[in-house]
Amino acid sequence: MNQPVLAVEDLRVRLRTPRGPADVVNGLSYTVGAGETVAVVGESGSGKSVSVLALLGLLPARVATVTGTARLQGEDLLAMSPDRLREVRGPGAGMVFQDPMTSLNPVLTIGRQLVEGIRAHGDVSKPAARARAADLLREVGLPDPDRALDRYPHELSGGMRQRVVIAIALSNSPSLLIADEATTALDVTVQAQIIDLVEKLQDEHGTGVIWITHDLGVVAGIADRVLVMYGGRCVEDGTVDDVLERPAHPYTRGLLGSLPDLAAPVGPDGEVPELTAVPGLPPPPTDLPPGCVFWPRCPVRSDPRCEDEQPPLAIVSRAAAGAGATASGTTVSGATPSGAHEGDRAHLPHRAATWCAEGTSGTGSPAVAGTSGTGSPSGGAR
Amino acid sequence: MTDDVLVSARGLEVHFPVGGGGLRGRAGGLLRAVDGVDLDILRGETLGLVGESGCGKSTLGNALLRLVPPTGGTVTFDGTDVTSLDRRGLKEMRRRAGMVFQDPFASLDPRRTVAQTVSEPLEVHGLRSGKRERAGRVGELLELVGLDPAVAGRYPHEFSGGQRQRVGLARALAGEPDLLVCDEAIASLDVSVQAQVLNLLRRLQRQLGLTLLFISHDLSAVRHISDRIAVMYLGRVVEIGPAAAVGSDPQMPYTQALLSAVPVPHPAQERARRRIVLTGDVPSPSAVPSGCRFRTRCPYVFEPCDDVDPALQPAGAPGQLAACHLHGVVGTPVTKTPEGVTAEPSSR
Repeated sequence: MNQPVLAVEDLRVRLRTPRGPADVVNGLSYTVGAGETVAVVGESGSGKSVSVLALLGLLPARVATVTGTARLQGEDLLAMSPDRLREVRGPGAGMVFQDPMTSLNPVLTIGRQLVEGIRAHGDVSKPAARARAADLLREVGLPDPDRALDRYPHELSGGMRQRVVIAIALSNSPSLLIADEATTALDVTVQAQIIDLVEKLQDEHGTGVIWITHDLGVVAGIADRVLVMYGGRCVEDGTVDDVLERPAHPYTRGLLGSLPDLAAPVGPDGEVPELTAVPGLPPPPTDLPPGCVFWPRCPVRSDPRCEDEQPPLAIVSRAAAGAGATASGTTVSGATPSGAHEGDRAHLPHRAATWCAEGTSGTGSPAVAGTSGTGSPSGGAR
Repeated sequence: MTDDVLVSARGLEVHFPVGGGGLRGRAGGLLRAVDGVDLDILRGETLGLVGESGCGKSTLGNALLRLVPPTGGTVTFDGTDVTSLDRRGLKEMRRRAGMVFQDPFASLDPRRTVAQTVSEPLEVHGLRSGKRERAGRVGELLELVGLDPAVAGRYPHEFSGGQRQRVGLARALAGEPDLLVCDEAIASLDVSVQAQVLNLLRRLQRQLGLTLLFISHDLSAVRHISDRIAVMYLGRVVEIGPAAAVGSDPQMPYTQALLSAVPVPHPAQERARRRIVLTGDVPSPSAVPSGCRFRTRCPYVFEPCDDVDPALQPAGAPGQLAACHLHGVVGTPVTKTPEGVTAEPSSR
């Protein structure tokens, strides 16, 4: 069981757009083990959704060029024939999208949509498929599943619809579940229900999960491993504790500093301190800056290479990370799958793609270098 | 004391007729979007209004400014009754109350430049006569919200979401309002941009001495920016109090569940935490439960909850009020433990 469920290596996606080619994903490598949850974090335009759509061949072929490899249980998804890919979607990888209203067909009953998925991937009689559909709805916690089969999506609440989408995604017991902002449209109390549900199902079936989100709070609760994306690259990855508690990349720090924290301590004046916002905006994928993708917004910029050269993902030494993040000399090529330590999660490397983690003693700890500016986007519009 | 209250709602109701209609004639029910809200917004404070989707928080914000007509109760703005204002009075009231909406893509006219959008309130309210004065004021306003005055000639599509929200803010501030209502003003923005706008709002509120009603579903953001927090559930304010008290020691079981469901970005804390997972969905506002409206999902439900609709009463810290029978008669809290967290699922 040492083989990961999914091993992505040097994934690149280029889209043709009216404004010229957009490099949406630029060399992404990661693995997902059985029963493991990998969270992919990033803001809009960071390429996090496109990177998983590309895996399942869901990008329009006319505009998208996808390169690299993505082995789902040993078989390369990116080299598959469309027919084979169709067989894999479902039993191999299930997907849950953000908006349950648009991912369900409004004119078909819940039951029909579930039965369709079940029968497409196995020789199952209609009554048997229907019984299985009802079981699935029961499993995802829909009250009165037998009657729910005859309902239409609009008759259900948002949380219930998302449960149905999860039931469909799980209907063929996939080895990999991809959740793309699956709880973003939901209220927090419903989000808590859905997260509990996915965790329970994951425990029972040993499903590997890729959870795409911008919500670092959700990540803290569910992820084993975190991958932070910016400008189509992974700028930091590691265990959830390493990345959220000992962030090494200035962007990750900025993201964490931008979050109003419920548990934030109140300052001496009885007020919650200002947020350390990251000034500026993420770059559009059609116009990525030369050098480090983050440098135009970076509060540190301590290295002359920042403006010219994209730093590779390098291992952040554990001891130094706590003291202010110094990267060790070991450089891991961006193309090396992070599965080198598969099966040994405790020793999962913590890596960051930044120059400034090295030898920052002169400029002071980057941890406190967050700008206090309110980050007016300089010069206004672009 | 009452001088300190800028906006005051008493028994405010907004009921919409639903269903029926069409070919079968009118036989529909009532959707109680706002159902008996008592709320005071103090001069100079930031009041956060939180609740889940459908709880009526936006409708309440709209009703306070009479953007939707209340069907019952009263609203006063700086002592004048808003519900009975004539056209002229309403116009003046709306100058004094600016509003920033959720979607910066929909709330700006795509065919008008930033300058036209921001100067419209100046023209409508006759605040600056002459083009030159207005242009100068537009420049000031843009600077105030952190935009370069040179962008005045541009159109909304040339801006990012965060910048559009700043334009919306500049427009809302053009009338030199006393009250600023922000309805999910940061919901559609990226995390790093949200922080920029939150910081800006806080700075403006202090600089201009604004009273801010910050409506949001994001408890962390509300906790961050507010002096006081009001929590809504099914059209009613069920808890209100100082932000620190409501945020750390909520007295109403619904607030407790809501807070416990907010994920925080600390893995160790997240793993250790015990969520109060509420079962079922929020009941429909067209079929509000009898008695306490939260009883169908409440883990603490006991006898009086079925029949008696609890009123807001002091609970917890000074200035904190909760609508819950657990707090019994004033000052004598009933001790109750949850009978498991499996209240009757109320889902349809």
